Amino acid sequence: MTTSPWWVDEDFWRKMAIWVTTLMALVLIGLTFDSVTQITAGSERVPAYSVINHRIYYRWDDSRNFQVPVIGDPAPLFGKSLTEIEAEALVSKGKITTQAKNCMNCHTLLGNGAYYAPDLTKAWLDPSWGAEVVREQLMIQFLMDPETNARGFGSTRKMPNLDITEEEARGVVAFLKWMSSIDTNGFPRNFTPIAQEGDR
Amino acid sequence: MNARTLDSSHLTGGQKLAIKYFTVAVILFTAQILFGLISGYQYLAPEFGYNVLDFNVTRMVHINALVLWLLYGFIGGIYWLVEEESGTELVGLRLANFAFWLLTLAVTVVVLVFLFIQTGPGDMSTLWLINEGREYIEAPRWADFGIVVCMLIFFWNIAATFMKGKWSGISGVLVLDLVALAGVYLAGMVYTPNISVDQYWWWWVIHLWVEATWEVLVACIMAWGLIKTLGARRKIVTTWLYIEVAMMFGSGILGLGHHYFWIGTPEYWLSIGGFFSALEPVPLVAMVVHAVYDSGVHKFKNSNHPALAWLIAHAFGNFFGAGVWGFMHTLPQINLYTHGTQWSASHGHLAFFGAYATINIAIFYMALQKWRGNVYMSAGLEGNGWKWKWALGLLNGGVVGMTIALLISGYDQAFIERALGGATWAAYFDAQNGVWFIQGLWWRQLFGFMTAAGLIILIWDLLTIGRNEKRSIQLVGDNTAAEVTS
Ligand code: HEM
Ligand code: HEM
Ligand SMILES: [Fe+2]
Repeated sequence: MTTSPWWVDEDFWRKMAIWVTTLMALVLIGLTFDSVTQITAGSERVPAYSVINHRIYYRWDDSRNFQVPVIGDPAPLFGKSLTEIEAEALVSKGKITTQAKNCMNCHTLLGNGAYYAPDLTKAWLDPSWGAEVVREQLMIQFLMDPETNARGFGSTRKMPNLDITEEEARGVVAFLKWMSSIDTNGFPRNFTPIAQEGDR
Repeated sequence: MNARTLDSSHLTGGQKLAIKYFTVAVILFTAQILFGLISGYQYLAPEFGYNVLDFNVTRMVHINALVLWLLYGFIGGIYWLVEEESGTELVGLRLANFAFWLLTLAVTVVVLVFLFIQTGPGDMSTLWLINEGREYIEAPRWADFGIVVCMLIFFWNIAATFMKGKWSGISGVLVLDLVALAGVYLAGMVYTPNISVDQYWWWWVIHLWVEATWEVLVACIMAWGLIKTLGARRKIVTTWLYIEVAMMFGSGILGLGHHYFWIGTPEYWLSIGGFFSALEPVPLVAMVVHAVYDSGVHKFKNSNHPALAWLIAHAFGNFFGAGVWGFMHTLPQINLYTHGTQWSASHGHLAFFGAYATINIAIFYMALQKWRGNVYMSAGLEGNGWKWKWALGLLNGGVVGMTIALLISGYDQAFIERALGGATWAAYFDAQNGVWFIQGLWWRQLFGFMTAAGLIILIWDLLTIGRNEKRSIQLVGDNTAAEVTS
């Protein structure tokens, strides 16, 4: 009779498997409570939906060593300031629309999704919209008729026509504006935002 | 003619059911490859299917067919082994058959709706009836419930069968793992307007499936497969399984953090995610050691050459695809630039194929062996076994080729779009229009066709292997003893 050393002992490893798994699962659950609190809309990292009433911009943060979103002066979306509840409804309309139209299977959002079309995380702040004043209207037009309004960027890829209504398009723009205010720990790195008056 | 037919009287009830699952799996695999080829082609010729069968549709079918055929393969694989492993008959065969047809009906409807209705108006009805619009788990809400019902029936059947018969180390791990696998699926079923919270839970499904619960599930199948093909000793295999579970869950659960770097979640995930996910390759190395060592101990004498070859392909594919390709972009310093580029696609292809497609194919071969009446499948098959060898070579070569091609495009993209370009839309297209990037996509397409050729030969082989074989299975190792008791 030989007893096997611990490192090949079945019993030892069964207990190890159980304990390690339990421990890790508990740690994950604990962290999840904390993380979900920190990313609930209205927190520091993920602003309230009414942030769409304000100008959103990017500023270099020396202590964190990357750019962070800054919430600036009032700049209501479509010229109308919304209550928290109205803002949430509008953003939610946009979020559902992005799901219903399956945006994520061409685009990435917060860097996750498909790679056929550009990332939407900072779509609101993208310099290609030209000037701040025309941006909202251009975005609505583009979403409702991406075929005619395609800018191409030297590629023949074009966004398809997804039958987006004006109401849905407004929601999507609100959703995109809100998303651009999320603190993403500096992703995408060195992003060059649209030129905005009054900042810098 | 004394050709061997496919004779189901060799099979137990659960095994007959498994064959049905395998059949649908192969059909979905074919659909996956077909739609992959179309999506790949749309990169090269964007007008193809424009406004009719757009990229988001073809890609959705591509990845959903993937997830589904792997799940079908796993469920089939477990129904295949449950009766032998528990030493008793499946407790609810009729119900299990019902669940199969229900699931298959649901899947058919979902795919048809994806193809022909595609998208809907921006309200909840679309999420319930047409498309949930979240990558990999696009199935609409009604189908989610159907899937959950079928999974419950499946789970109950497996657990109750083991309870009636005998438990083993493998079956204990398997059943607990299935609880977790089904549990995390629920995390993906809620709607929230908050994209950060949305993606937080979405990753619970995706990551905790492929890097935790699925890994353990295939480790169970692998353990059983090594006992079957090589006659490896159960005690050793079971001990290995426990070690792998400890290491896999020990690293993979908190490794989830590598998806929480940039979605709004707190900064502590940069260290936790980076550290634990960097450890994830360790169990995958252990698996390679395990498989190769066991095969070596048995001098590669085994009862099923194609199956063992695919099991070894699994060990290496898992190690390279998940372990090496995953490690390459898992540290936040690197992921900051590669996140959401063709790097991710490169890794996704090699990992899914290497870790999961391979082991399913191994089980298909083991099933066919028995279905043809425990036919001989060791050395010196008809035509020197050219079909399975070519299928193995073309499929693996094709996927490795695509992986490398995408990696080159991914490097180019990360460099031009992210590092130099400032990650704007213009920078994105600068990269996409680059000569090297596009070359990579052409190579991907070429290797895609190689993969497809491999699949065709694989199906041909699965349909014909052993048909003209006169010899019977060559038992090896511990399997030669009458009944193995542990
Ligand atoms: C004929 C061969 C194939 C071709 C041409 C192909 C093509 C594609 C394309 C174009 C995409 C979309 C990527 C993007 O958004 O830019 C994709 C995604 C994907 N494919 Fe394939 N594919 C093939 C085979 C496979 C195989 C064999 C597997 C795994 C077993 C696989 C797994 C995946 C996965 C997991 C994704 C999502 C990747 C991600 O989002 O990072 N594909 N494929
Ligand atoms: C068999 C196991 C695995 C499979 C099937 C798998 C598959 C995938 C897929 C499909 C994606 C892309 C998800 C998307 O569409 O956004 C992904 C992302 C990722 N995987 Fe894995 N993976 C596996 C294991 C691993 C391991 C072991 C590591 C680390 C060592 C890893 C690291 C990563 C990272 C860092 C990302 C994020 C990529 C990004 O930022 O865009 N994976 N994985
Ligand atoms: Fe992961």
